[in-house]
Amino acid sequence: MRIICPICGARDRREYYYQGDAVALQRPAPDAGEAAWDAYLHLRDNPAGVTRDLWYHEAGCGSWVVVTRNTVTHEVQDTVLAAPVNADNAP
Amino acid sequence: MRFSGLKLLKEGLTGNRGWEPHWRDPEPANEYDIVIIGGGGHGLSTAYYLAREHGLTNVAVLEKGYIGGGNVGRNTTIVRANYFLQGNSEFYSHSMKLWEGLESDLNYNVMMSQRGLINLFHSDGQRDAFARRGNAMINQGDDAVLLDRDAVRKYLPYLDFDNGRFPVYGGLLHPRGGTARHDAVAWGYARGADQRGVDIIQNCEVTGIDIENGAVKGVQTTRGAIRARKVGIVVAGRSGQVAAMAGMRLPIESHVLQAFVTEGLKPVIDHVVSFGMGHFYISQSDKGGLVFGGDLDMYSSYAARGNLPMVEHVMEAGMTLMPMIGKARVLRSWGGVMDMTPDGSPIIDKTHIDGLYVDCGWCYGGFKAVPASGNCFAHLLATDRHHGAATGFRLDRFRSGRGLMDEEGTGAQHNLH
Amino acid sequence: MRVADKGLIDRSRPVRFLFDGTAYDGFAGDTLASALLANDVRLVGRSFKYHRPRGILTAGSEEPNALVTVGRGAGAEPNVRATVQEIHAGLEARSQNRWPNLSLDVMAINDLAAPFLGAGFYYKTFMWPSQFWEKLYEPVIRRAAGLGALSGRNNPDKYERAYAFCDLLVIGAGPAGLMAALLAARAGADVILADEDSRMGGRLLAETDEIDGKPGAAWVDAVLAELGALDNVRLMSRTTVTGAYDSGTFGALERVGHHVAARPATLPLETFWRIVAKRSILASGALERPVAFRNNDRPGIMTAGAVRAYLNRWGVAPGQKVTVFGNTDDIHRTAHDLLAAGVHVAGVIDSRHDAPDSSDFRVFKGAMVSNSSGRRGLDSITIRSVAGEDRLATDCLAMSGGWNPTVHLSCHMNGRPVWREDILAFVPAADTVPGTAVAGACNGAFSTAACLREGAQAATAALQALDRAVPDVPLPHSEDAPYRIAPLWAVPGRGRAWLDFQNDVCVKDVKQAAQENFRSVEHMKRYTTQGMATDQGKNSNVAALAILADATGRSIPGTGTTTFRPPFSPVSIAAMGAEAQGKGFAPERFTTSHAASVERNAPMIEAGLWYRPSYFPAPGETTWRQSCDREVGMVRNSVGICDVSTLGKIDIQGPDAAALLDFVYANTFSTLKVGRTRYGLMLREDGHVMDDGTTARLGEHHFLMTTTTAAAGQVMRHLDFAHQGLRPDLDVAMTSVTEQWAQFAITGPKSRELLNGLLDAELTDADWPFMACGAVSVAGVDGRLFRISFSGEHAYELAVPSRYGDSLFRTLVARAETMGGGAYGMEALNVLRIEKGFITHAEIHGRTTAFDIGMERMVASGKDCIGKTMSRREGLSGAQREQLVGLKPVGAVRQLSAGAYLFQADDDPVRVNEQGYVTSVAYSPTLGQMLALAFLKDGRARHGQKIRMVDHLRELDALCEVVDPVFFDPDGGRARG
Repeated sequence: MRIICPICGARDRREYYYQGDAVALQRPAPDAGEAAWDAYLHLRDNPAGVTRDLWYHEAGCGSWVVVTRNTVTHEVQDTVLAAPVNADNAP
Repeated sequence: MRFSGLKLLKEGLTGNRGWEPHWRDPEPANEYDIVIIGGGGHGLSTAYYLAREHGLTNVAVLEKGYIGGGNVGRNTTIVRANYFLQGNSEFYSHSMKLWEGLESDLNYNVMMSQRGLINLFHSDGQRDAFARRGNAMINQGDDAVLLDRDAVRKYLPYLDFDNGRFPVYGGLLHPRGGTARHDAVAWGYARGADQRGVDIIQNCEVTGIDIENGAVKGVQTTRGAIRARKVGIVVAGRSGQVAAMAGMRLPIESHVLQAFVTEGLKPVIDHVVSFGMGHFYISQSDKGGLVFGGDLDMYSSYAARGNLPMVEHVMEAGMTLMPMIGKARVLRSWGGVMDMTPDGSPIIDKTHIDGLYVDCGWCYGGFKAVPASGNCFAHLLATDRHHGAATGFRLDRFRSGRGLMDEEGTGAQHNLH
Repeated sequence: MRVADKGLIDRSRPVRFLFDGTAYDGFAGDTLASALLANDVRLVGRSFKYHRPRGILTAGSEEPNALVTVGRGAGAEPNVRATVQEIHAGLEARSQNRWPNLSLDVMAINDLAAPFLGAGFYYKTFMWPSQFWEKLYEPVIRRAAGLGALSGRNNPDKYERAYAFCDLLVIGAGPAGLMAALLAARAGADVILADEDSRMGGRLLAETDEIDGKPGAAWVDAVLAELGALDNVRLMSRTTVTGAYDSGTFGALERVGHHVAARPATLPLETFWRIVAKRSILASGALERPVAFRNNDRPGIMTAGAVRAYLNRWGVAPGQKVTVFGNTDDIHRTAHDLLAAGVHVAGVIDSRHDAPDSSDFRVFKGAMVSNSSGRRGLDSITIRSVAGEDRLATDCLAMSGGWNPTVHLSCHMNGRPVWREDILAFVPAADTVPGTAVAGACNGAFSTAACLREGAQAATAALQALDRAVPDVPLPHSEDAPYRIAPLWAVPGRGRAWLDFQNDVCVKDVKQAAQENFRSVEHMKRYTTQGMATDQGKNSNVAALAILADATGRSIPGTGTTTFRPPFSPVSIAAMGAEAQGKGFAPERFTTSHAASVERNAPMIEAGLWYRPSYFPAPGETTWRQSCDREVGMVRNSVGICDVSTLGKIDIQGPDAAALLDFVYANTFSTLKVGRTRYGLMLREDGHVMDDGTTARLGEHHFLMTTTTAAAGQVMRHLDFAHQGLRPDLDVAMTSVTEQWAQFAITGPKSRELLNGLLDAELTDADWPFMACGAVSVAGVDGRLFRISFSGEHAYELAVPSRYGDSLFRTLVARAETMGGGAYGMEALNVLRIEKGFITHAEIHGRTTAFDIGMERMVASGKDCIGKTMSRREGLSGAQREQLVGLKPVGAVRQLSAGAYLFQADDDPVRVNEQGYVTSVAYSPTLGQMLALAFLKDGRARHGQKIRMVDHLRELDALCEVVDPVFFDPDGGRARG
């Protein structure tokens, strides 16, 4: 399996750490309530089909990448950085 | 029909013409007391114990494909009762006791072989952790022996004691641990349930769950609607999809776990050996194949197949631990879809919908749980009370934080357990 | 028997080899199988269950019978296919699964018991008495089962792994694959052409067909010569593509050394490749299927294609009086080839009533072979036709039930093959492996012309997909005969007709399975073991499926197929795990003080991937405890030196660095003054403790975080996630500097004295109070100093760039030794921290909360942080939680042990009475007794109570007093002073 890192290009899956559903980016407010936090941390849509999940280019540039991927075919459809690249930092 | 050596002899002498189906293929009835969705090991054993222990035989098991086609038929066949957290301990202990009587109970040889399981440790810290585990096992009434390096050498002389990356400090021996013939477990339960009147309906996919006023009324299937007073969802690997039919989200992420078997070899590995530093476990089947596995591929998947990085990692672990297996050739690799929960422990519980129950979240430890899972789920379905050995597997524990059973201590990230 | 003037072997290079101790001669280019057949050796193995005598069935890796063990000693390799192993000088092969020898195998008695050993017999018996299973039945079964044996000794051979990348991977170098590779190569694409065989060409080497008027092999040579001369082409013979994986990745096994005589130690036996291809073409050909008839497993009965291969490629006639049986024109081709080579053809038995006639040999039309006889090899067959039964003397029967496209790789990503009634076989469905096209016999195109055509078409499509111009390559002229086949799966009749030769699965077993309601093809497979042998059903699955379909009244496609999974042909564990043997499994990380520690005879132990010194034995010390006790005393009374470089170090800079730390730590860091260090507690988002450590503020916008050794990677990942994923608004940058700095703890009452005189500037209490940090200069080298303590003593940690680590460690230890101190290791470090009640991952094991370790007040109330909300869940605090306590033995038993459980003194030590457990123990030389850290239900409220510690495993039962976990210097005056 190969995943395109938006910074580094297509890299083997070995270079990445997988965390889970990209819902992790939508952290509830501290006072959002038990149900919201339970949903955020535990409950999952877990689709048999297209999902968005979080990968970390650990053996590469250290980017967290949102990968749109099919859980049945393993087709990788799209990858974007979890954080938009700060244009000011570009060379 | 009762199976026995005598029966085998008689059939052999008369051309093997008298064998009967191990289970029937009935048409689904319009209505059952209980419908079990999923004809895997857990669903079939649930049906068996409903009939055997609760006298409930107006029961159907609905299987979308062929029975035993999921994880009960694609695992590394290990049976053990070596958990250490309350909630898990008593449950797997209960399961082990059921395993030990299973063949005479089912009149089916599932080849339960208590060849002993050895968990290796590679540091003082790991020794302490395994000591805790072993003590918990004995507290529970199960068996455990702490082996030092020399004792391990006597049991497993073929390990690379001199050059391995992580030196062997010792091991925790679980003498009653072992293996069983996985397919036979499904078939034996199916036959036992069928003999008691349960309808096992294959090629019958559930497409909807009928709920009225917060209570379950039945299911829609590819073979028509079936009414039921109670419905049990026992579909590990697909739990999220089926629960979604009832409008539920589960604390489950599906992951692929690969396993491997080599070509047949003369006996060389007598025990089940587990190498935690490499996420590697191995035993040898009665046919001679080395059966082994490792960790999840780590990305969510329903593909029931994996990729090379984990394949190679598993082989690497084998090579550093026991390089004598190097010339064994991997004959087949396969993948199962695992229900991974946020604490690595399963769920056997009622849902907020009246009459709808779930048995899911077995992570990659479901095979050894088959007897107790069915036994306890049947108890819950029949009595609406949790079985004493399965009081901890509650759906709400994640929300409340009460009674989490995180044996790995890796926290609420589904794939880390 | 060798035939004159035929074959691609090199008759000028004779090769002598051993089989079962007997020396035989063959030629370079022979496989073990061809050489044995040339020497008229027919019996080569025994079957798995019935121990039936078996001969060579095929000429490829799918061989189910001729499995041998090659070599001896530690490197002996079991289950080698004689049909694949090339002979070389010194090759030594032995037959398997027989005792005492191949011709007299006592286990052959199983064959007589066959009526009782049918499908699934073991599920129905051996159940009584239950304890006999492990003791008697199972050991007997295990000994009888299995094929060859592992040596049981460490693998002595070299294996390798490698990566390759290409535009186009062509799998199979028969006519279709060669044509595809040629086209793509001329287009300039990077091409890998991989073929399992030692020689490329596929069936062109085994048949007499011509291409452009030349022998097929000559065309092959010409194409290979052109391809071999191109830089953009890699030819990989002896390379089996074993699996298709995601994103165009393929696994492939190259047999590098198996055929090499006197292989040099540097040459690997095998290399496992991961090939990443933008496009690929599956041109893996087809495999012939045997016909099931009574006693069809006798040595001398082979597939017709194998007979032609042995004849045409290796110049071997597998018999002197050959018969041919089947249902396609291929069998006539076999007879013609044999006749042309001067081999007597006793008859052609064609199941088709419209079979072609021949003036050259006798054709039995609409006839079938219904039985065979012969003691350890074939001597006659029975032919059944409408006219009745005939016996025909023959020593070799070439059979063919048709051809199965080699669809396997197309199924590896869950693709299901589709049935084609015209060829009575499954072919790959379209697009089952993304980017992969199928061509040639693999696609059901069985003539040479069709293979060439499809190869060219597939390459054209691939080149177009790669945006490359397609060169004009004319198709060479070759045979284009139609493929005519009639169904022939099993010859009706009594007795046993084999499907799965190796596993001894017969037609009646499949029927019995159906009778017992194992009607699903997966159930039938698992119940009978059909297709589970080393060939994974390559020879038998389709026939078994046809029989199951017939027995259950379904069509073949309606019955379904089992799933082909990787690998295509078996791959050694050593190849896929190459270079992991020994230390290669995981990186070894060494600190800069490693050499100096080893010089001091310190045993180096694993700490994650690192190695750290356990203790530093002094002269006269004979146990680790002596050294450890001395080192602890040294630290408490003078000064000790310890390398702490393995702790994770993360450099955090930017205007929002403090804000990020406030977010990831439970406690507050924005209030930390520049030049000060603070202990930090980090939670997981689920409210449990993730890690702890100290973080120093080196500047207004510059922090240096320390993590535990074990969690360094996890924390780095976590910080990156907290920043990029949750707080991308923060202007902060982070990087791991763990390996850039060597850091040493200088610990003990004389630590300042040691440093003064070493550092370029004097340390004073006013400038360097407890928890101070800042830049220092060590012999002109810029370093960092932190006044922190993991021992409870007045202590510092001094960091210098790693290249100075070795020198600094030696200097520090030398100075310490002049002051009555010295180096200390992990054992002493552990005792020191237990005496002080400091936690490690033995305590923060992933299930503990800030509440459990008595730090819930550190979770700052005025700000949000990761883990804060979930740490407030009802289940994560309260009296029911097990809380950190100290334990001291107060009874007769003074020994404590980690991993023991705690009980009320009067309770039985059983699960329901568990009160807690011990996480860490040490003998404290400072306090003269054993100490333990433990988690105890409601423990903080139970200080002063007695509790019983039970360790069943070590047979310890000790009464303890529950105390505060800080055993030594509870007010911390020593560290501050």
